[in-house]
Amino acid sequence: MFALFSALESGVIYAIMALGVYLSFRILDFPDLTVDGSFVTGAAISAGLIVHGQSPFIATLAGMLAGFIAGCFTGILHTKGKINPLLSGILMMIALYSINLRIMEQRSNVPLLGEGTIFSITTSYWQKLGLDSMLNQLFTAIGLGDSLPKTWGIFIVMAIVTLLIKWAADWFLKTEIGLALRATGDNKRMIRSFSANTDGLTVLGLGLSNALVAFAGALIAQYGGFADVGMGIGMIIIGLASVIIGEALFGTKSIARATLAVVLGAVVYRIIIAFALQIEFFETGDLKLITALIVVCSLILPKLLEARKEQARKTKRKLTNGKSMDRKGEEIAASKLGS
Amino acid sequence: MRRLLHLNSVHKIFNEDTPDEKIGLSNINLKLEPGDFVTVIGSNGAGKSTLMNVISGVLFPDAGEIRIKGKNILSLPEHKRSRFIGRVFQDPMAGTAPTMTIEENLAMAYARNKRRTLRRGITKRSRDFFQEAVKSLHLGLENRFTAKVGLLSGGERQALSLLMATFTEPDILLLDEHTAALDPSRAALITKLTKQIVAEHGLTTMMVTHNMQQAIDLGNRLIMMDKGQIILDVDEVNKRSLTVESLLNEFQRIRGEKMASDRALLS
Ligand SMILES: Nc1ncnc2c1ncn2[C@@H]1O[C@H](COP(=O)(O)OP(=O)(O)OP(=O)(O)O)[C@@H](O)[C@H]1O
Ligand SMILES: [Mg+2]
Repeated sequence: MFALFSALESGVIYAIMALGVYLSFRILDFPDLTVDGSFVTGAAISAGLIVHGQSPFIATLAGMLAGFIAGCFTGILHTKGKINPLLSGILMMIALYSINLRIMEQRSNVPLLGEGTIFSITTSYWQKLGLDSMLNQLFTAIGLGDSLPKTWGIFIVMAIVTLLIKWAADWFLKTEIGLALRATGDNKRMIRSFSANTDGLTVLGLGLSNALVAFAGALIAQYGGFADVGMGIGMIIIGLASVIIGEALFGTKSIARATLAVVLGAVVYRIIIAFALQIEFFETGDLKLITALIVVCSLILPKLLEARKEQARKTKRKLTNGKSMDRKGEEIAASKLGS
Repeated sequence: MRRLLHLNSVHKIFNEDTPDEKIGLSNINLKLEPGDFVTVIGSNGAGKSTLMNVISGVLFPDAGEIRIKGKNILSLPEHKRSRFIGRVFQDPMAGTAPTMTIEENLAMAYARNKRRTLRRGITKRSRDFFQEAVKSLHLGLENRFTAKVGLLSGGERQALSLLMATFTEPDILLLDEHTAALDPSRAALITKLTKQIVAEHGLTTMMVTHNMQQAIDLGNRLIMMDKGQIILDVDEVNKRSLTVESLLNEFQRIRGEKMASDRALLS
């Protein structure tokens, strides 16, 4: 059954990026386009360090740190330079393009062929546990035998890492600093009147957001086996698609619920893309177009559904009113309902 | 004894040297003793909000100094001053965070004079304390603690804002027409709560209002502003015999013209 499993695998990795986008877009209410650049920065730094013989774990953390710094710069451009949020992000994104090329020593692509990565290390541990054959037997037994992966290691390890990050985000957003950060996105004037430094919190929030994005970039580079200077194009839209799909499907009642929705939204997005690419007509190059369409749909569909519900409610009201009136009223209501 | 608040020749001019030049404050001198409750009146554009804003740090004066408990606070940015200055705004939406719950809002207000850390924002102990505090409003909000503040009515939000601004006992409380956007019964409720809370904590308070009767009824001192200046300062003893009529006459005597505020006359 085509690429469903790899959609799950990459979905849980991209979920970390989506959590970063959630932090800037939803919590801080800051449409941060730095993401397109910082994703690559994470990938480039980790790939570069791995190629130069660093441990993949240190390389990944370094990528994450670079993302944090990049996000802080965007925040400083906005808060201290008084540049509008969109422009601050775009400026940083453009600047990062050159910086990323420098990190990659002016090559547009750094392959990781044959290098040890986080995934090669963790899956080798995983395989020693011998759980793969057990899981595969289980799934064959329930009739899903034909879509099984070589190893479950990547998916399970990444699912755990992603859920840990989700849990950490939930925890952080309930701390004293976290509450002030949320209020910064909600009502700056109010939280300033309760002695919070909204500039500092904006910088911190964008730093954390881009740290997560760069972390995801570092992991995707190791998952795919290369870092590419163009791999971040449209990343912000993918992140946004995940957030919006997740919120629409799974709700935003509480913070914990919303972050779970974002994680699941990222996975659902990957599955939608995998299905779309199964369609004969589409080619790999259409990916961004499909993504844009998904975002447009998920922005418009909920509104259309709401409007239809509203319409149905109105018709119902008319119908009940009609009953208490004469026959003519009833007929009108009935014909309205029929149409 | 040191003055609680001391403004010394404070000036503020907007858009200086442009055709839009406007005088915000001109040569303001004001001293408040601890526990003073000053009501501030004046026509539209008199500079009342500007006065509040230079004290709270939203605006920086062009000249003069502002001291709180003897300490010059002009070098402090707005958010640092909010450790000891409580504020309630005119807009009921401005004082609370709508997508966060009642208890989260209270927790943020409670953290105002501490350093914010990675400790839990709401603990069992603080929740009990918040419950007690909210009960004193008698609005039943204690039963809706996990409801988002955006769901509350304007009056309820303003009552909550007032509680949040005061329960950490700031050195000074600034109220800028905080009942103006509410319907009369809600406004009366907030006025009652204001009186109750200010008395309970003995807060030093400045309250801007367009309601002259309210300005006369509340507090122990009244100042009237016009064109960026304090033109009248009524102390406790003289305030007792004030009427709306006598205030309007006084304005006319000082300025040689009728007070240009329909809102002031209406109320
Ligand atoms: N940020 C600003 N930029 C330019 N001019 C301003 C600014 N804020 C206030 N002013 C001007 O300063 C003067 C005083 O305004 P202020 O808001 O203090 O009046 P007010 O007494 O609060 O009036 P109101 O009763 O209408 O609230 C007005 O002429 C106003 O137009
Ligand atoms: Mg005003």
